[in-house]
Amino acid sequence: MKHTLSVLVENKPGVLVRISGLFARRGFNIDSLAVGETEDPMLSRVTISVDGQDQPIEQVTKQLHKLINVIKITDLDPNSSVTRELVLIKVHATSETRSEIIQVVEIFRAKIIDVSASTLIVEVTGTKDKIEGIISLLRPFGLVEVVRTGKIAISRGRKRT
Amino acid sequence: MKVAAKVMMEIFKNEGVEVVFGVPGGQVMPLYDALMDADLLNVLTRHEQGAVHAADGYARASGKVGVCIATSGPGATNLVTGIANAYMDSVPMVAITGQVRRPVVGTDAFQEADTFGITLPVVKHSYLVTDEHELPRILHEAFYLARTGRPGPVLVDLPGDVATALIDYDPDNPPKLNLPGYKPTVKGHPRQIREAARALAEAQKPMIYAGGGIIISEASDELRELAAYAHIPVTTTLNGKGLFPEDDPLSLGMLGMHGTRYANYAMTNCDLIFAVGVRFDDRATGKVETFAPGAKIIHVDVDPAEIAKNLAVDIPIVGDAKWVLGSLIDELRKLDPSPERHLPWMRQVEDWKQAHPLPLREDPDGEIMPEFVIRKLWEVTKGEAIVTTEVGQNQMWAAQYWLAKHPRRFISSGGLGTMGYGFPAAMGAKLARPDLTVVDIAGDGSFQMTSQELATCVSYNIPVKVAILNNRYLGMVRQWQELFYDKRYASTCIECQPDFVKLAEAYGAQGFRATRPDEVEEVLRIALASDAPALMDFRIKREANVWPMVPAGSAISDMLGGGEA
Repeated sequence: MKHTLSVLVENKPGVLVRISGLFARRGFNIDSLAVGETEDPMLSRVTISVDGQDQPIEQVTKQLHKLINVIKITDLDPNSSVTRELVLIKVHATSETRSEIIQVVEIFRAKIIDVSASTLIVEVTGTKDKIEGIISLLRPFGLVEVVRTGKIAISRGRKRT
Repeated sequence: MKVAAKVMMEIFKNEGVEVVFGVPGGQVMPLYDALMDADLLNVLTRHEQGAVHAADGYARASGKVGVCIATSGPGATNLVTGIANAYMDSVPMVAITGQVRRPVVGTDAFQEADTFGITLPVVKHSYLVTDEHELPRILHEAFYLARTGRPGPVLVDLPGDVATALIDYDPDNPPKLNLPGYKPTVKGHPRQIREAARALAEAQKPMIYAGGGIIISEASDELRELAAYAHIPVTTTLNGKGLFPEDDPLSLGMLGMHGTRYANYAMTNCDLIFAVGVRFDDRATGKVETFAPGAKIIHVDVDPAEIAKNLAVDIPIVGDAKWVLGSLIDELRKLDPSPERHLPWMRQVEDWKQAHPLPLREDPDGEIMPEFVIRKLWEVTKGEAIVTTEVGQNQMWAAQYWLAKHPRRFISSGGLGTMGYGFPAAMGAKLARPDLTVVDIAGDGSFQMTSQELATCVSYNIPVKVAILNNRYLGMVRQWQELFYDKRYASTCIECQPDFVKLAEAYGAQGFRATRPDEVEEVLRIALASDAPALMDFRIKREANVWPMVPAGSAISDMLGGGEA
């Protein structure tokens, strides 16, 4: 089962390696990890996407809590949170395929942010389903490379994550 | 403005540091220069591993934070085993390592190692000091983190040019700690405690399973009160030895792989386990699936991550053992349970004790049996000494036959199982408790891993005693080879060894030897009476084994040897 852990940490050197090291040590493979400063520059938010059963996830959450620089951990419920990921897709484009690609991009409300004679770079934001959808539709044109930020997430409504 | 290294001495004083252990080197020279004028004992060990284990032994014997110092690179990497050892056994420790100067960090400079990175998985917390003005706060935080909550080692990696920088520090007005993510839970949840009291009052066949957490939280008195009031037998882990007097009729000694048969039978057949300050380690539980199959489990621990880590728990209580036990006893008194309901259970436990005592073997060839040495040592010291152990057969014989009576007087590397631990730990313990006899119960293999610290003992006149149970084997591994590898003794025969008596004498310590049982007591009396460091070489029955034993992966009731099943 997929879990999205939102971890509020002190914005200090070494914090990320403590977190990623702990997952590795306890045998978890991180699907994605995104880090950035919060509204308070002293704090950072780490969003970790991880696959695992509830019991081991609870154990790894407890272990994360023991890290001195970790302030708060939320295992986000998909029903009461919003998740997004930003992806840059460099795809082969010829004069014959270009307009077809642009159609796909429009359907997904994505953007073209770079054009060259043989490629296009597409910027797309969305949930995992949307991202996987556009990637699968662009794949037949020839993907040159795909770069993803990893998932970020926030609680819905007034409640703070 | 003051030199940072001098400020560190003021902080040591503020934190109550009496002794530091270490070895100097290039990047800690400013620190050692400041130590020359500091009002504390600075013990130079002969190897950094000796320093870190000595700090560990000091901490376990005193309850205070142990401090060790090493230089950058190899000095720091030599500490790693001891830091990991302290981490596994929750020992409060501050380890200070030199680091190369800030401008050359990351350039593979001479004696540079990523100490912060290397030690990450084995510290409670760690710091690389990059701003000299943060040093006072960091050092105070290090001591605070080391000794509070679930204690553990905290590493401070200190570049040489930070130690010589000028900084401000007012000992009467130290900087505020900044630890927004650190709030250990002390008070257990009242509802959970009431539920635990009810379960204890209703249980027909209860057991107390207690460990090192009780000693750390200084909760021995409360545990004794609970056991006595509610008539509950007590078994402890290795690191719990001493939290409950093992000569008390309610004591069942240690449980687990080399525990007593009666403790393991009682744990397997009880209907309630009150587990406190323990972590359900595999050496204690054996095969988890068959551990205490009919028992409800109450688990008290200050570390929430220990609860339900290895097996499911019915009543979890997160909190400090002393606080929780005090509150639990109050709740239990309100329920005023009848002691009679346990009588059949107490009779059953007593029957197991009578039927399966630990064996006191006599060798038909007239050689010295290890338990004979340990029992004689207990008699001669009246069981009041501090005992440290090495790791292996010596450790398990000590755990079985040394009836520990007081907390902080049985000191052993439990979690990590570090050979070479006991002797330097004994040095640290002796400095913490100069009023007590301190004996390292050693094996000849383990002792050779840190025997160079004889020089430290002699040079500071730390009159530690070492009792080597010498079988010229790496005995525990040999025992497993005998049982599970068809007696193929791969790399466990260590017949080429020094003459330990001469080795001790070469360092300026005293050395004694006993080869027959009738020599044991005299050697003990002479060695313990002397006010010098002394080593005793007891030539024991070579292939004596540790019985009983639970083979790895078996149920703890499935025991081999040591009293018929």
